[in-house]
Amino acid sequence: MSLLEIKNLTVEFQTASGPFRAVDGVSLKVDEGEVLAIVGESGSGKSVSMLAAMGLLPWTAKVTADVLTFNGRDMQSMSDAERRKIIGREIAMIFQEPIASLNPCFTVGYQIEEVLRIHTDLSRKARRDRAIELFQSVGIPNPEERLGHYPHQMSGGQCQRVMIATALACNPKLLIADEPTTALDVTIQKQILDLLMKLQAEHGMGLIIITHDMGVVAETADRVIVQYKGRQIEQADVLSLFSAPKSVYTKALLSALPENATGGRLPTITEKLTDAEIFAGAVR
Amino acid sequence: MLRFIFGRLAVLIPTFLGVSLIAFSFIRLLPGDPVMLMSGERVMSPERHTELMHQLGLDRPMYAQYFDYLTGLLSGDFGSSIVTKRPVLDDFINLFPATLELSLCAIIIAVALGIPAGVLAAVKRGTWLDQSIMGVALVGYSMPIFWWGLLLIIFFSGYLGWTPVSGRISLMYFFPQVTGFMLIDSLLSGQAGAFKSALTYLILPTVVLATIPLAVIARQTRSAMLEVLGEDFVRTARAKGLSPFRVIGIHALRNAMIPVITTIGLQVGVLLAGAILTETIFSWPGIGKWMVDSVFKRDYAVVQGGLMLIAAVIMIVNLVVDLLYGWVNPRIRH
Repeated sequence: MSLLEIKNLTVEFQTASGPFRAVDGVSLKVDEGEVLAIVGESGSGKSVSMLAAMGLLPWTAKVTADVLTFNGRDMQSMSDAERRKIIGREIAMIFQEPIASLNPCFTVGYQIEEVLRIHTDLSRKARRDRAIELFQSVGIPNPEERLGHYPHQMSGGQCQRVMIATALACNPKLLIADEPTTALDVTIQKQILDLLMKLQAEHGMGLIIITHDMGVVAETADRVIVQYKGRQIEQADVLSLFSAPKSVYTKALLSALPENATGGRLPTITEKLTDAEIFAGAVR
Repeated sequence: MLRFIFGRLAVLIPTFLGVSLIAFSFIRLLPGDPVMLMSGERVMSPERHTELMHQLGLDRPMYAQYFDYLTGLLSGDFGSSIVTKRPVLDDFINLFPATLELSLCAIIIAVALGIPAGVLAAVKRGTWLDQSIMGVALVGYSMPIFWWGLLLIIFFSGYLGWTPVSGRISLMYFFPQVTGFMLIDSLLSGQAGAFKSALTYLILPTVVLATIPLAVIARQTRSAMLEVLGEDFVRTARAKGLSPFRVIGIHALRNAMIPVITTIGLQVGVLLAGAILTETIFSWPGIGKWMVDSVFKRDYAVVQGGLMLIAAVIMIVNLVVDLLYGWVNPRIRH
């Protein structure tokens, strides 16, 4: 049984100019201990499909799926209260902008202990000890002192560590990292990715990394899903994707990577391919 | 923190000087003088008028009068009423509790109803509920206070006979002033029915005075909440599995309160200005009515002193709001 299983997920937003389909027929599976990367350009529906799976989209979004299960439980028929017992505890999520993702009015200690207060029976003292332990595990120095700090007193990298610690507070089975390194400096990006991979291996949890950075994919993923304009273009293990991409879009995507450049101007995808050719060449 | 408070207090000095100058000069711009108005219908000979003006020191050059006034202020002397001869400060201390009671009740109602209404409108954005709340708020904000007061008196006092028209408590009750707050004093007096009577007298003026601040607070809360609800940290809070109550009531509201607290602070000035109208309509014996009466009598000392004291109250409230602001918004504190 897969940890997370999604079949034919569709997300539509009601807009002033009629319904807009942001995700169209996405299917995926993640197992425990597996790292799945979802890659695609901006607007390819990577984040939206994951937010839909967690039930975090606004009410203007219409989410449908043939199958949407977590650990064998149907997430669609679940009540909001039941879903809230799973998200934050069994499925955790971290986001792109670490500083903006933390509440500026509360100390980081409050924000991490809050998850423990909601999802566990730990005493106040035990929650604090656990928070210190989590801060240590994500490499935040002086955790006792840091717990009393506000997000604006910390750097972006430190805030992302706090977000990761918060996500891991209840030992989730699945962690969804939505562009976890995009907003960070290159050196910090490497540190955060290494940390994520280390913690994933230690906890044996499933990890979904949403990214547009093929370098991140190559470094982290077991399997890769390529999305374009809300549709799934290709799904493959990481080695075959890079060595023998099947879809025309993935081929074009890889040839547009700066590291594959052989001189001259980098090719872009849209000047080579039309949407119709991309969708026709999709390999699901 | 102490430096912050002292910095704020230092700003008060030029503000006080400005207010004293405005208070001093504006009342003297009005035609007529206290002596003329004191004489009433009787015709006063020009000699007698000059003599009385001299006695009151009002015939001296303006700058000399202003300088005397300022030196008096520095030693804490706000002067004495030209009409009643009572010290301005004593009258203020005597009357201010009535205004304070009315204003406090009004701001409590405005905050207690305005914030939930604004939050509700923001959460239910675009629905009939949002539109109704904002529609009512707009009407409340646009309505002239005196007209609204008269409407309420006509309906509740005249037609239904539920509430009294004017005053602070029924004449049947009499007890010494302890706190100056009729609600508290009536309870302390132990007289049966006194509290209820004080409450019925307080209700209409409070509603009238609370209307504009309530509308402003509701609208400000709604727009602040709408902005905050779109923030990343609200999504994080939901991704933690927190209940909607915690997400909206704690994570979002705490951030939305930052601009709302500023608005509430600014409403204190509006309240005191509104108190002047409200107290006049309901014959509420507070400083608003006192000031209006003094303007009519050209009681220079009372108008000047009263304005200074009201300005002091507003400045103190603003200082408190600034301190609160730092408490709600850690980015200012640290």
